[in-house]
Amino acid sequence: MANRVTQPTLVVRDLCVRRGKREVLRGVSFDVEPGTILALMGTSGAGKSTILRTVAALEPFEAGSIVVGGVARATGPTPPESQLRELRARVGMVFQSHALFDHLTALDNVTLAPIHVHRWSVDRANERARALLESLGVGERAGAHPRQLSGGEAQRVAIARVLVLDPLVLLMDEPTSALDPARRGALASTLRRLAGDGRALVVATHDVDFARAAADRVAVLSEGRIVEEGRATEVLASPSEAATRQLLRGDASPT
Amino acid sequence: MLRWGGDAEGGAPFVEADPADPSRVRGFDVEIAGMIAHGLGRAPQFVQVAWSSIEASVERGDFDVGMSGVEDRPELRERHAVSIPYYEFHEVLAVRPADSARFRTLADLGGHRVGTLGATGAYRILTDEGARDGVIPISYDDDVHPYADLVAGRLDAVLLDDIIAQRSLRRTGGFVIQPTPVAAGHYVAVFARADSALRDSANAILRARMADGSLQRTFEAWHVWTEAEARYFAGVVSRPQLSAAAPTAAAPSSVGAYLPGLLHAALVTLLLSCLAMALAVGAGLALAAGRVYGGPIVARACAVYVEIVRGTPVLLQLFVLYYGLSSVVRLPAFAAAVLGLGLNYAAYESEIYRGALLAVARAQLEAARTLGLSELQIFRLVRGPQALRLALAPMTNDFVALLKDSSLVSVITVVELTKQTAIYATNVGSWVVPGALCGIVYLAFSLPLARVAGYLERRWRIA
Repeated sequence: MANRVTQPTLVVRDLCVRRGKREVLRGVSFDVEPGTILALMGTSGAGKSTILRTVAALEPFEAGSIVVGGVARATGPTPPESQLRELRARVGMVFQSHALFDHLTALDNVTLAPIHVHRWSVDRANERARALLESLGVGERAGAHPRQLSGGEAQRVAIARVLVLDPLVLLMDEPTSALDPARRGALASTLRRLAGDGRALVVATHDVDFARAAADRVAVLSEGRIVEEGRATEVLASPSEAATRQLLRGDASPT
Repeated sequence: MLRWGGDAEGGAPFVEADPADPSRVRGFDVEIAGMIAHGLGRAPQFVQVAWSSIEASVERGDFDVGMSGVEDRPELRERHAVSIPYYEFHEVLAVRPADSARFRTLADLGGHRVGTLGATGAYRILTDEGARDGVIPISYDDDVHPYADLVAGRLDAVLLDDIIAQRSLRRTGGFVIQPTPVAAGHYVAVFARADSALRDSANAILRARMADGSLQRTFEAWHVWTEAEARYFAGVVSRPQLSAAAPTAAAPSSVGAYLPGLLHAALVTLLLSCLAMALAVGAGLALAAGRVYGGPIVARACAVYVEIVRGTPVLLQLFVLYYGLSSVVRLPAFAAAVLGLGLNYAAYESEIYRGALLAVARAQLEAARTLGLSELQIFRLVRGPQALRLALAPMTNDFVALLKDSSLVSVITVVELTKQTAIYATNVGSWVVPGALCGIVYLAFSLPLARVAGYLERRWRIA
């Protein structure tokens, strides 16, 4: 404990989420330290996406706590957006479908929130957005519309759209689903670089190779609970749980 | 069998459905048709036809003779075979009792609204008078609502046949008929142009029935026999070869004379359509927002409105708005037309917008939320702009449909392009040139719209 100098950026404790009669999450707890990548793994319906959506305040939770950079959100219905401003500024989410705004160019996708939510000047927003797109390797695609982008390009624009607000926590849902193997490697190194800047990353994935390449830690979910958690190298090399072994055999289907 | 055409909607004493047996008709025109048929040794058979179409239908051969208060006039004799006049009527002015001293003649009515039945001699008199003294002619499709609107204050006078005026006075009242007639006119039977032999036989029969008092008894039975009518009959019987009635002012025959009127009507159509569409877009957006964003009660109320409006005819809605509500709110005709069409189309627009709003991917809305945009910002910056692109093509279709549907408002006395065309077509006796002109104007409005929509769609396709 003595050499621990940082507080976890994201603290999740005993998180319970219910959808109708179904218990989707049954007491999930985990921490993510700054500069680390946590891979949430598990089969479809294990609750990976629900954790991300709940941390991103898109869904309510019935019990437990979520604290992001010292800001906690209460249980019960999702509060109005006006009470979520601090949280929104701390948590960024990259959707599986990328969810880019189809009517805007890549550049305008990235500058929308800085200009309209954070009142940046257009020049400042454009400058920052161009730099980010450049650093992610899609600088020359700034003027393209989402439908003109490849899956990998769209994903990097979606990452830039989130990074421009400089969030403490970056959530990614199944980031490798639209990528060919070569791109997966590039994405892993991109995420390592983002973690290197001190961010906490939570990546929901069923892609074992990707988790091995990108993640510091792995949490394996089964039926709404974390059944195994530890350093990525250890969990994926010598799984102690049946659910993890099932994952490693490649039985998992994409969510 | 003698097939004769008339309009039972015109009612007594001309032609009406027999209250004792609504499948049969009665009235003085029914009895006169019977006299002609019997004189020819044939059985009369009634054919229902809209009053304004009697002449066109007889020429098409839908029936042998048309008679239902058909007015004698020079163009009628130019284009069809026409009988001798069998009744002389007078165009009389009806005004509200308070105005009886003020509005004695048409000349007193400069700048005031005077209603009548469209495409009649009375309407011609009003348009001529309009050019001279500034009377504002208002055309109706029936002869009941002008009097209702007079009593309600929408009109300052009604000019129509004395028979019709007396009938309305008995039925509803609330107005007075000025004693001095504005003009005289005659009812005739009309035949196809090539049917002059039948016409001549009918003339001989009519003349005989005038001489032997049968016609007088018929008119007496229907309470339309007067001293003046007796003098008129005496004149006809003593002059065996009377043919044409006293001609009224000749209608302009060249198409050029009608162009300014058509252009004005085209502007009415355009203005009406644009205003109605603006209302439809605004109200449609509100309805769609109510259904997509509102609570269960608001959403339900909006859905009920949409279903009621889409499930009933727009004609009915216009009637209710203009006549049905006139005791509560007295809307000017043009305002009622804009409101009626606008609120009707709002239901259709709202469905377009609702579909377009729901078509924007949910993940985009969630992404916008996680970026910190407020609900209003999401609508303004993300959902609205994309929905608009999706809605544009169907909206353009609806606007073109609205342009055409705007012709329906002639039922509440707005004279727009189609109505004006119908009036001129009746005057010149042909639909060919007026119809073509009218069609060209509608196309001139709708084709550029389709092009603009196509261009915008292409431009936005990548987006």
